[in-house]
Amino acid sequence: MAERMLQRPHSGSSSVKRSDYMSKQNKHTGIITLFVLPALLFYGTFNVVGIVRTFIYSFMDWKGISANRTFAGFGNYIELFGDSLFWNAMMNNVILVIVSVAIQLPGALLLALLINQELKGTRFFRTVFFMPMLLSTVATGIMWILFYDPYFGLIASLMQKLGLKSIAFLEGRSSMPSILFVICWQFIPFYMIILKAGLTNIPTDIYEAARIDGANGKQCFWKITLPLLVPTLRSAAVLQLVGSLKYFDLFYVMMGGAPNKATELMATYMYKKGFTEFRMGYASAIAASMFILCFAIACMFLYITRDKEAA
Amino acid sequence: MGVLLKRKIKNTILYAISIVIALITGFPFVFLVINSFKGMGEYLTNIWRLPSEPFFGNYQLVLKPDFLRYFLNSVIVSGTSVFIIVVVSSMISFTFARLKYRGRNLLYFAIIAGMMIPVHTTLIPTFTLLSSIGLTDTLTGLVGPYVSYNIPIAVFILTQFFREIPKELEEAAIIDGCGIVGTFKNIILPLSGPAISTIVVYTFLNIWNEFINANVLINSTGKKTLPLGIREFYGMQSVNIPAVLTAILIGSLPVILLYFFAQEKVVNGLTQGAVKG
Repeated sequence: MAERMLQRPHSGSSSVKRSDYMSKQNKHTGIITLFVLPALLFYGTFNVVGIVRTFIYSFMDWKGISANRTFAGFGNYIELFGDSLFWNAMMNNVILVIVSVAIQLPGALLLALLINQELKGTRFFRTVFFMPMLLSTVATGIMWILFYDPYFGLIASLMQKLGLKSIAFLEGRSSMPSILFVICWQFIPFYMIILKAGLTNIPTDIYEAARIDGANGKQCFWKITLPLLVPTLRSAAVLQLVGSLKYFDLFYVMMGGAPNKATELMATYMYKKGFTEFRMGYASAIAASMFILCFAIACMFLYITRDKEAA
Repeated sequence: MGVLLKRKIKNTILYAISIVIALITGFPFVFLVINSFKGMGEYLTNIWRLPSEPFFGNYQLVLKPDFLRYFLNSVIVSGTSVFIIVVVSSMISFTFARLKYRGRNLLYFAIIAGMMIPVHTTLIPTFTLLSSIGLTDTLTGLVGPYVSYNIPIAVFILTQFFREIPKELEEAAIIDGCGIVGTFKNIILPLSGPAISTIVVYTFLNIWNEFINANVLINSTGKKTLPLGIREFYGMQSVNIPAVLTAILIGSLPVILLYFFAQEKVVNGLTQGAVKG
């Protein structure tokens, strides 16, 4: 993915002689403008200007929606660095990243291997395994709030049947693991499909050759499947890393719009500062920090993969 | 031990694991359907089994004008946004793939880089911009950011795809007197069905499910999209569990149906879009 992003739009097949109409650029300025402008208008207004304005706001002391804005220099950033709640939120993001990679990836690999088996009914299982992806995050969140209901929920009833006592899943310290479970429920199927695509790309004759040499299933997995799947696993891990940093919906919805210390994330904290306390300047400083963080990680990833290609 | 027996044991284990996972991923959906036909009273006493007598009260409660309005709003916003995304992205991608002009590569990278921007970064400016021109709390106001956020991925997929289309076809068209616009309309677009359908599925589901922008920009009940509507319904009926489950089921039904009719398209759209993003 990232490697392909680095290619110029015209590399690849363009060594063929360019046809005439494409080089007569001067004649086509009008048409080019016409084709470029509409997309640029949207993108420029909301994305480009949006980011610039976030950075401008982040240097302002600006409370309330219509109140005056005053220049505050690095005041918001200095406050942010000393804000233990922000660091706490960031730590929760880190937990999210770790759990995503440590639980979702192996889980997704297990599911991908299962649907990669040529068993009867694989298609059915694949269909069912993917189903959590079909609900919106809001629907998923509310459905699981109801499942987690300590008195009338599905989980409470299940635990009762097993002779266990139900707990308040979405309160205090148990809220984080409860939500993490839902995240796994929702996203493992997604990574399953990605890893399944990686498995499909491994040529079958490698396995045949290994079998002839007397390799068993376990050896095939550790010596062939896993090493050849590393690029796919790496892409999936990056997706999880970036995705976890900007996570918002499920935590906001499942905590009823007010995450506690155990479930506050950078994005929910930004939202709280901006749209509950109306400290737009401070919230913009959080947003700008998130942007820098995501961008730095993405660039780091691009740099690392580029190195690999050169080697 | 015979090879056959060994194989049989292995398959049994695989099936057992598959069934357990299928229960975890699939049972909530069965649970939604079954319990949507129970009243709260029956839900409390009989949570697992089929309803003794099907109850349609939940459906009557959910399928009221408000909820249908949310539904319609989501259809309007997603439909309009997806249409605009496809039109403007395919136009600009055509220039990236086929025309030469100064600053082209820079522009391409500037747009592709947008895939890395977290949507929260632009939330406050979007809000202030739209409120300064009076477009908060309108469906039109949602379309702008929705189109903008989805342009990078659409441009990326389309530019890649256009580049793969052999140029001979267009050269023939040019010789036949077909202008650039004609080439784009009559040759490139008709050949780009697969890429466009991936974009349609991915962006449609993305926008259909979008929450944070809608939550900030929309206040009045009549303007809410489905995710906000489901949340509002839950706020009003939170003690009536089966009714809320029914709202979730009905709100998700279009996507579930789409999945069963065009499974490959949905799976590809959802995963390809995200992987490339």
